[in-house]
Order: sequence, then C-alpha cells, then structure tokens
Amino acid sequence: MKYALFLGCTIPARSRNYEMSSRAVAAKLGIEFQDQMDFCCCGFPIKASDEHAATLLAARNLALAEEMNLEICTLCSACTAMLAEVAHKLRYDEGFREEINKDLAAIGRQVKGTARVRHFARILLEDIGVENIHRSVTVDLKGFPVAVHYGCHYLKPSYIYEGGEDPEAARSLDALIAAAGAKSISYIRKKFCCGGSVLVADEKTALGMAKEKLDQVQAAGGRSMVVVCPFCSVMYDDNQKSIESAFNVSYQIPVLYLPQVLGLAMGMDRKTLGLNMNVVKTRKITEDILGAE
Amino acid sequence: MVDSNLQTEDRDVLQDLAERYGVEGVRSCYACGTCAAGCPARRVNPAYNPRKIIRMLVLNEAKSLLEKDTIWLCSSCYTCQERCPQGIKITDLITALRNLAVQQGRSPSGVGMQANLVRSQGRLYALDEFDDKKRKKAGLPSLSPQIEEAVRLLKEES
Repeated sequence: MKYALFLGCTIPARSRNYEMSSRAVAAKLGIEFQDQMDFCCCGFPIKASDEHAATLLAARNLALAEEMNLEICTLCSACTAMLAEVAHKLRYDEGFREEINKDLAAIGRQVKGTARVRHFARILLEDIGVENIHRSVTVDLKGFPVAVHYGCHYLKPSYIYEGGEDPEAARSLDALIAAAGAKSISYIRKKFCCGGSVLVADEKTALGMAKEKLDQVQAAGGRSMVVVCPFCSVMYDDNQKSIESAFNVSYQIPVLYLPQVLGLAMGMDRKTLGLNMNVVKTRKITEDILGAE
Repeated sequence: MVDSNLQTEDRDVLQDLAERYGVEGVRSCYACGTCAAGCPARRVNPAYNPRKIIRMLVLNEAKSLLEKDTIWLCSSCYTCQERCPQGIKITDLITALRNLAVQQGRSPSGVGMQANLVRSQGRLYALDEFDDKKRKKAGLPSLSPQIEEAVRLLKEES
C-alpha cells in the first residue's frame, strides 16, 4: 500500500506532531508514504482571493501525483477538499481540463484527470480497516472518553467525495476511535465548524465559534478532543488559552490528532507521537492511560 | 436572467457571476431559512446571514453586498450548501463574491497577505533553516523552502 504523502503548508511548519504520528502509525500498519518535495500549496489559502489561481496550484499537485502514478494521501482537511474538488472537476469536465492544461503548459505539465485524493483517516478506515487496526492495539485505552471533531472539509462538499459518507451522519472517526479502544462520546454540536476560516476576517467570531464546541465537549465530560486537520487544531488547541481569557472560561481540554490516539493504543511513546508539541498539556492523559513514565 | 432596469455595475456583477458560477439557481430560493438556521457563524455573529446574501442577489443588490464585510464571516463549512433544498451552491457563491470583492480591492488585509505569500513562495509558510533543523530533529525529511515552479505558474496566470 503506497501513497503520495501530501503535507501542505501548515503541517510541515506548524504541526510536526501530526506529521510524526501519522508517519509512525502508517509504518506500523504497513502503509508506505512516498514523499514529493515538489508539491506546493494545495491552493486553499488563495481560494478566497482568486479561485482560478487556487485551482491551478491544486491541478499542478495532481499532475505531479499522476506522474508518480500514486493516489494522494492528505493529512489536512482543507488540502483534502481543495485537491479533491479540482480532481473531481478534472475527471468529469473535459472543457475544464483543457482550460487548465493550457495554463499548466506554461510550466511543462499536463493533467489527465486520473488523480485520486483521500484523507489519511479515510485510507485507514477503507484500506486498512477497523479489524486490522484493532488487532494492532497493544495498550488498553480503557474506554478513555474523547470528543471526536470531524470538522468540515473532511466531509464536505460531499459531491466531491465519491463513496464518501453522509456529512449529517458521519461515523468514520468514531469507528477508528472505537477500534483504538477509546470511547467516542456523544455531545451537542458535534458537527459544528471550528471557525478557523473566519480567523483572518474576524477573530472574535472565529474564537466564539470554537468556544461553542469546547463548551459542549466540557459539558459532556470529554477529557480530550480528537481532530484530523491542523486548522481545527489551531482553533481548539493553540487558541484554547485565548478563548479562555477572552470569554472568562476554563477548559484545559487536550486536543490530539487522530494518529496520536491510535499510536498510543499501539504502544508508541510520547516522543514518537510528538505529544510534547500539543499546546494544551497531554501528560495527564498519557499518565492516566499508561501510568507515569 | 438579468433585468434591463438594473444599474450597469450591478448587472456586470450578476452577469459575471451567472457566466462563471451558474448563479441562475439563486432565483429558485424560496427563503426557507435552512441555510441561516444551520449556520455556525451566524449562531455566534448575527451580522452574518446567508439567506440575506441570497436575497440581496435575487433583488439585484450585488454591488452593495460586495461593499459590506459580511461575506468574509462565512467559515466555508458548507453546511448551508449541503442542506439547501433547492441545491444552491451557497458556499461556492460566497467564494465567487469574495473573488469579486478582492478584484475591487475590498477584502480583509489578512486575505491579501495570505495570497501574496503563496504567490511569492508557492507555499504559505516558507520553510527556513530553523524549520528544517526542527524537522531533522524530529526525524522528518527536509522539504524545499519554496516551490519556484508554482510561483512561475501563478505569474504566467496573472
């Protein structure tokens, strides 16, 4: 099982814990990642300004993946939707493909429209499967209560994800968490957006959106949150302290990336999983689960 | 689809949207409010209202819509687009409106900054020596600090 690993911009610079834990869990499960140094930005950060420019960047990345003859595995949900949306259009709209290829000709590239893109979590679920993941568990997480956060672009817009799941009734992350031996708790506003995209325009609204969910996770007894996107992590983990002081509340809810939880269940240590890099301290969790190291 | 009594500028905006994004569907909106009811941004900041944005488009007020900052409060979560009973691609439409606003020089400063970084580096964050050192320490492979070919692609495009 081999995939072209697409890191995007934020993960290699700001979320090395996500990258480290993803690589470790993938290796453990027999997934091979091929790195591609020439991948550029997925296009999402420029989409609001110039959708055509964003589309070109996405198409260029897809062209590289086609040349590698590998499916793209993404870790960031914004990258996933940006690349999958353009891949979808390139596959089904010949006129669109021709237009894009005219622009790509300037850098000597072409797209055929065969590229495929899936998020790492979806690959884990669909290509490895919950049974195999469960079989690789060596540490009992004892039903540790976690609040799963799907975020938006992992699921939506749903038409770009062929064979994807219903965004109104998503189960994939709950299934993966259960396979790891933790307990996915139910809580109000589970489908709520983190607000990350609003940060650039209006910080107060963005933080307020993140607060809505943290309030509910806390009320439901969630002792950690699990995310699959670095933007969601920025909102809940990096900005948790700002939210606490802006709204005079207190959470201290650790926010983990999905592969960090899976890695813990597979017996990996804190260093391998980059657990010291999470902003809200995670030591209490690992002590509860693993005992003091 | 465009009324003849519209002011030229409004008509231009609508025509542009219609040609590029199939905005005709907007006219099928019967104002049920499903979009506004499920909107997470609206829940926190009532100044944002996707139903009102669609309404303003239907009423040919695209120009005043572009002059307002409210289109930047959408979090692009696609909840409204997924739930719209008329299949209006509301989130895509907001993106189209944002593109037009940027062309007219009306956008939050951070939006332009992000775009400039991507245009000049091919990625949002250039990976400098410091980043590379941290990556090495974490056992992660080195990456190109910037992607020259992507910079060239966007230069050719603009």
